[in-house]
Amino acid sequence: MLRLIPLRETILFGAICLLLTLVATRFPGFVAPSNLARVFNDTAPLIILALGQMVVILTRCIDLSVAANLALTGMVVAMINVALPDLPVAAILVIAVVLGAALGAINGILVWKLSIPPIVVTLGTMTIFRGSIFLISDGTWVNSHEMTDAFTAFPRAVALGLPMLSWAAILTVIVFAVMMARTPLGRSIFAVGGNPHAAVYTGINVGKTQFLAFVISGALAGLAGYLWVARYAVAYVDIATGFELEVVAACVIGGISIAGGVGSVAGAVLGAIFLGVVKNALPVVDISPFWQLAISGSAILIAVSFNARAGRKKGRIILKSAGVR
Amino acid sequence: MMSEPVIRHIPDRLNSRAHRTVRSWETLLLAVAVAIFVVNSFASPYFLNAWNLSDATFNFTEKAMIAFAMALLIIAGEIDLSVASIIALASTAMGLAVQYGAGTPELVVIGLGVGLLCGAFNAVFVTVLGLPSIVVTIGTMSLFRGISYIILGDGAFNGYPPGFAWFGQGYIYWVFTVEMLFFVIIAVTFGVILHKTNFGRAVYAIGNNPTAALFSGLRVQRVKFILFLMTGLMSGFAAICLTSRLGSTRPSIAMGMELEVVTMVVLGGVSILGGSGSIPGVVIAAFVMGLVTFGLGLLNVPGIVMSIFIGALLIGVIALPRLVSMAAHRRRHG
Repeated sequence: MLRLIPLRETILFGAICLLLTLVATRFPGFVAPSNLARVFNDTAPLIILALGQMVVILTRCIDLSVAANLALTGMVVAMINVALPDLPVAAILVIAVVLGAALGAINGILVWKLSIPPIVVTLGTMTIFRGSIFLISDGTWVNSHEMTDAFTAFPRAVALGLPMLSWAAILTVIVFAVMMARTPLGRSIFAVGGNPHAAVYTGINVGKTQFLAFVISGALAGLAGYLWVARYAVAYVDIATGFELEVVAACVIGGISIAGGVGSVAGAVLGAIFLGVVKNALPVVDISPFWQLAISGSAILIAVSFNARAGRKKGRIILKSAGVR
Repeated sequence: MMSEPVIRHIPDRLNSRAHRTVRSWETLLLAVAVAIFVVNSFASPYFLNAWNLSDATFNFTEKAMIAFAMALLIIAGEIDLSVASIIALASTAMGLAVQYGAGTPELVVIGLGVGLLCGAFNAVFVTVLGLPSIVVTIGTMSLFRGISYIILGDGAFNGYPPGFAWFGQGYIYWVFTVEMLFFVIIAVTFGVILHKTNFGRAVYAIGNNPTAALFSGLRVQRVKFILFLMTGLMSGFAAICLTSRLGSTRPSIAMGMELEVVTMVVLGGVSILGGSGSIPGVVIAAFVMGLVTFGLGLLNVPGIVMSIFIGALLIGVIALPRLVSMAAHRRRHG
């Protein structure tokens, strides 16, 4: 019965509600549906990237290059838009996803075929991607007046009361919920992280699964890259600097174990929303935005300490009940 | 994980000492360093100048101070990604102390003290609570720098006392800087600790197999605790040198330096998985990175493009030996 209500996600959900209530006691406007929708929309890129990162962390890897991938893909599509203004947004979306996936595949190949530790690979590609933006753009900005209206309008276009940016996040969540629970790939991602040796004997190609995880993470970074650049209507070398840490933080807060194999889509989404609510609530309650970094750092430490405790306690209970029977 | 059959070739005799030296990572790296030096000398007429080369050492001395401690930590199977943020926090604390009239000795104590405290903070989470160091230090990376941002916002501290400039701007003799002296002292100290003491053997043992090390009677958690303290202390010392050299503190100080420190350590032949590596390797790696950035700088290559080289170097030096051994394996087994 207890398994029906995942404890970690419930507590995190409770924490988010508590946070909202605290803000609402002084600023009721913050919890108005329209504002909550705005907060969700603002958090959408983080949700999208956190889901990609979740898949990578589940397979015992880590992808620190997502923010640089986002920035590089964003710059490339922005430059394509300037060069070919007639290209439809659909084509831009395809290019962004494919390019992001290709950059992710570079990480994946190095991890799979050369067995280089993922943290080393993605630290390296992080700087290489970031530097490549400078190389292709010569350090210049692509500004809003250079982009076409269709290019910048897409993330803001409203359908059924929500902007497309929010819909992109919702769609990603649905796809991931189905993929992780209902497809062989989703199950093998859990298996590889849970016990790689057992996974090999089950006939799962561990390296290939990790490769695919990096491709997925890269594809989502590419998607977020276009959405980011189009939403803020500017592309330059330093966009989303340090965002990879926020993404990892969302996963850790969401209870995804860095040791692999443990985590859920709901956890990653709630972790991202938690950070999004904190970020948007700070200026409302008149706390300087400079507090945000320290707060997300503390949140990571609290979440990881708490999750380690929860995991240990669960182990003990299983042993006891086994003894009673 | 690759399920290929492992064929063990038992050699008749072990490789000679000379053979091992020639084929070692450090020798390869030294050859790379010499090659870069020669290429640079031809590429720019300004390279072979004692004062220019002296200036170039600032590219790596501060990072290398941390890299030596980090090398021990990584050999023991842990990592500290918060080092650059420790620099920011230590530098902010020193800047704050200056506002209350602290002199140079107090600043040094505060810098080292904050570094040590931050190291202890990481160590408690990793060794007492048993959490993975990568997550803990990603968290403290945000936390430590976050505190700097809370204190400083978009402002800056300056007005450091004149004597304080000695650490980052002083010269011992001719072109030899104070930082170079500290670089040598710290390198030798960590070299002796790692290669000549029981503590150093324990570091290798823990990195190779923590469980076996524990059952051999080594105090695994205590050794790790001390290593985090050392890394924090060295970050505090690097903060003193960097703050002294820049003469001001902003919360974005040393942003991204953790990456360069880890790159230096891995480039120096330390396995990121723990258990192997040497201090001489890290020393040569420090020179390689310093020479690359300096040489590219003389050719007017912007900093961000240099970072491409550093990133490629990091992946390349690990990928290349693996590619070579894979090719050799394929040739042998057709």
